[in-house]
Amino acid sequence: MSIGSNLERVLKSGAFAVTSECGPPRGADPEVIRKKGAYLKGHVDAVNVTDNQTSVVRMSSFSSSLILKEMGFDPVMQMVCRDRNRIAIQSDILGAAALGIKNILCLSGDHQTFGDHPTAKNVFDIDSMQLIQCVRQMTEEGKFLSGEEIEGRPDLFVGCAENPFADPFEIRAMRLAKKVKAGAQFVQTQSVFHIEKFEKWMEMVRDLGVHEKVYILAGITPMKSIGMARYMKNSVPGMDVPDELIERMKETPKEKQAEEGIKICVETIERVRKMKGVAGVHIMAIEWESKVPEIVEAAGLYPRP
Amino acid sequence: MIVANRKPFEEIIEMLKPYTRILLLGCNECVTVCATGGTKEVAVLASEIRLFRQKEGRPVEIKEFTLERNCDPEYVDALKPFINDYDVVMSMACGCGIQFVGEHYRNKIVLPAVNTTFDGVTEKHGVWTERCQGCGDCVLDKTLGVCPVTRCAKSIFNGPCGGSRDGKCEIDKETPCAWQLIVDRYKEMDMLYKYLEIQPVKDWSTSRDGGPRKRMREDLTI
Repeated sequence: MSIGSNLERVLKSGAFAVTSECGPPRGADPEVIRKKGAYLKGHVDAVNVTDNQTSVVRMSSFSSSLILKEMGFDPVMQMVCRDRNRIAIQSDILGAAALGIKNILCLSGDHQTFGDHPTAKNVFDIDSMQLIQCVRQMTEEGKFLSGEEIEGRPDLFVGCAENPFADPFEIRAMRLAKKVKAGAQFVQTQSVFHIEKFEKWMEMVRDLGVHEKVYILAGITPMKSIGMARYMKNSVPGMDVPDELIERMKETPKEKQAEEGIKICVETIERVRKMKGVAGVHIMAIEWESKVPEIVEAAGLYPRP
Repeated sequence: MIVANRKPFEEIIEMLKPYTRILLLGCNECVTVCATGGTKEVAVLASEIRLFRQKEGRPVEIKEFTLERNCDPEYVDALKPFINDYDVVMSMACGCGIQFVGEHYRNKIVLPAVNTTFDGVTEKHGVWTERCQGCGDCVLDKTLGVCPVTRCAKSIFNGPCGGSRDGKCEIDKETPCAWQLIVDRYKEMDMLYKYLEIQPVKDWSTSRDGGPRKRMREDLTI
């Protein structure tokens, strides 16, 4: 008998979930993934594996997920619509399920202009909303998008992302409602820096009753330095880093900035944890996976259930 | 209209290297409206080529000619009396016109002097922007007149994605976010409830993905 998603088990138990992320390497060395994974061991309930994030070519999300699975993790395979049509998407879903991957995160994907192959042709045959519907149709109804029967239905816990800080703000809670209607079972938000705006978004989500239908994991990203804070504020699409945080980092001596970044991150976890409807955190420590255990422990979220 | 851009002069000159007798062709339709390949632009390019080749010591003979339309056989026939007097045809018409003239005069090579870019509108004097990709299954009723296929960089049907900021697209601060425009329209028309409708997976077979398209009206065919 197959073991289901650990993330789903933790969320259903009512415990405050902790997930993290592993960015695959720009090469074929599996040790890079194993090394990043080793940092996270025992401190997270599931690990996201990004799918050519920021449109830069990397080891596939599918194979990196498998490496992590072999290490005993519960991987969340991210899948973007930028590089695959509905044929490749469904094929990869079947393959992932066959090899024991239990979670999938449905994303549109950054536009290729941001990446290392800006002259590439993009696909976007379906969008993230339709990808959620597609996976649920495959898992619940046992049918392909074409309507034909699947022989051997895949079993996956289906997630999505939402950005509470992007525009137009007024439809951002409605957009999550739409994704939940499409079949999303959990959602990971864009990194929360602007806590008041996140609180406002959660309020709108609660007004729609959406928090009762989906597990909401607040995105958390520790900042290493003032440089990273500025970069995220100015250059990462859809990030909202308030000036007061920039100031706080700026006023911190350079050698203490990383420590301050972790402190901000732990404070953010403590604040979102108190918000009604937040079921967990998704820690995205970009190329800083080694700090995740410290963050999880400092936030009082260790040991994991 | 079909909007085109003139190719860089160096590329044009390179293409014309082997030839001395050139028929430079314009079109009175879309490329005239978007100020790329009408009579005026043909005259300008012809002078540039003449001057360059004169300086190079390899002068050219150029005939400037603008067809009423390059995409219609009855107009294309107008080239018959003199096309064979020239080594090559260089066309400032859109990609349709360039191909169509070539199909009619198979002993001639027709070179492109423009890059055909999109189906668009004159947003204001001197500014043209894209509006339609001819997907073959119009959804403008659902999005109140803003095309998500064309105007969203990801052709997203259930947008906006997470990269929409201050009404602009993540790819470029000058490009409006199509889904911001759609949401604005819903609000203007007091129809924000429409936003909650999930748009289903699109049938792309009517688009380029289904192969080259053809339209035929039996009652008009001879």
